[in-house]
Amino acid sequence: MGPQHPSTHGVLRVKLKLDGERVIGSECIIGYLHRGVEKIAENRTYQQFAPYVDRMDYVAAVSSGLGYCEAVEKLLLAEAPPRARVIRTILTELQRIASHLLWLGTHALDIGALTPLFYCFREREEILKIFEKYCGARLTTHAFRIGGLQYEAYDTFEKDVERFCKDFESRIAEYETLLTNNRIWIGRTKGVGILTAADAIAFGVTGPVLRASGVKWDIRKAAPYAAYDQYKFEIPVGTTGDTYDRYLVRMEEMRQSRLICLQAIENIPSGPILGKVGKVLKPPPGEVYHAIEAPKGEIGYYIVSDGTVMPYRVHIRPPSFINLQAFDRMVRGHLVADVVAIIGTIDIVLGEVDR
Amino acid sequence: MAEEPKEPKPPQVPTGDKPASSAPTVSAPPAKSADASAPAGPPKATAPAPPRPPVVLQTPLDNEFVTRVQVKFGAALLEAIQDRKQAILLVDRSRLVEIALHLRDEEKFDMLADLTAVDWPKREKRFDVVLNLYSFAKNERLMVKAHAADAEEVPSVVSVWPTANWQEREVFDMFGIVFSGHPDLKRILLPDEWQGYPLRKDYDILQQDTAWVRENLGIESGQ
Repeated sequence: MGPQHPSTHGVLRVKLKLDGERVIGSECIIGYLHRGVEKIAENRTYQQFAPYVDRMDYVAAVSSGLGYCEAVEKLLLAEAPPRARVIRTILTELQRIASHLLWLGTHALDIGALTPLFYCFREREEILKIFEKYCGARLTTHAFRIGGLQYEAYDTFEKDVERFCKDFESRIAEYETLLTNNRIWIGRTKGVGILTAADAIAFGVTGPVLRASGVKWDIRKAAPYAAYDQYKFEIPVGTTGDTYDRYLVRMEEMRQSRLICLQAIENIPSGPILGKVGKVLKPPPGEVYHAIEAPKGEIGYYIVSDGTVMPYRVHIRPPSFINLQAFDRMVRGHLVADVVAIIGTIDIVLGEVDR
Repeated sequence: MAEEPKEPKPPQVPTGDKPASSAPTVSAPPAKSADASAPAGPPKATAPAPPRPPVVLQTPLDNEFVTRVQVKFGAALLEAIQDRKQAILLVDRSRLVEIALHLRDEEKFDMLADLTAVDWPKREKRFDVVLNLYSFAKNERLMVKAHAADAEEVPSVVSVWPTANWQEREVFDMFGIVFSGHPDLKRILLPDEWQGYPLRKDYDILQQDTAWVRENLGIESGQ
């Protein structure tokens, strides 16, 4: 199957071993989008490399960018000012909603429900408009800078976010009327692609996929970054770890992200948006591993500095790559038609898998 | 980094049983040292500050957790350091699987978050293989490192954490490090027939497998 198949969300090739219609083994062939970003990083300065991380998970560029900026800040022993951290939190949560919306639309489309796609893109468009107003770009935003932000929030930023959040509550309800009790949807997702909690941990799976398996773990709570320690939100978890649970978990996560945004715009502290980090960044020699909760799971940056302006080594731990590894475990014993449901439910972006 | 000269200051007081998060702040000046790298800042009113001593952020780590590992594995624990509040253990490559099992089962580092490598070509054993572990029970991270020379094999930890499978393949693909005991060690991101290991420091950024590019893409250069 693949590499050019509409349901693989990019260029993923899956070798399936079949017994009739039943899958008895699988192997993912990846690397079609490999661009060598880790090698590029070693030949760019810290700031020059920042836009490259947006091109990994290009549907959640803000989250990748936040992880990278925070990792370099940790390496520099610097911190972004409070105002920057709150604005970062708002944009990252909007990005989480946008990423989940894209997932929901395409996942439903793969399974055969055409309608949700149009609804999801309608709301996603509103978020992309906010990004565009904020920094001029919709997808590969490069919204943050090492040490804080480059751009102040524009005049109607809070109002735009608030209006989106107010509307969005009823919109999620709308998606749910289309899917949650839909008999076809339930038939195609319940009991499909079950991943137990023990398996999920053994395979290093993170993000909504891990939580749907019943592990209540979210880096926003476990090791709060940006401004997450200031807000109240719940971590939804599933029970069975099937495709339907992962659907429910992501739906609830969108609601929680909405609540975080609403809390954050209540009180955006005033003050500078860019900390004092200087224009030439030479982090003291050493290494950091910094991870944040991206929409798809833990995105980690392992950066080694040798004290020069260019990183000695950057390694990116992409959630899509690691989560995809559990695909074989999830797909065994299911029908060929379920394969597309399972690829969709892991929520991968091949730009991030291949880097 | 592990081969850096050690911090000359006396080691800090041993802390509780938590290696990473509860360890006291590293003795280097926090936050301010970032400015050390900044170019001439705007305010130059005061006399030029005396040259700052080089910032060394790697300090020896000594706490109950390290002692437990030390007691259990003795000389196989080569070094325990702390860098920016992160615990880093350097262990003997040949006992990596044994140590990994102990850390997983006894110390509850149940998830391998990340596995990668770093190339230090000037060093006698040029590669660092770096494992990033996470413990759900303790909410802590731990870095475990092993050194390997060019042709030396590193024991595979796939039997301990299945997630290591693709990650070791990626390290093999990019660095040419062979993991002994890996169930299916082959390239993962690059084409199977590709010659060379791109993330080695002696592989130039513009370098490529010209023969492969010519044969498979029908062009002279991918650049």
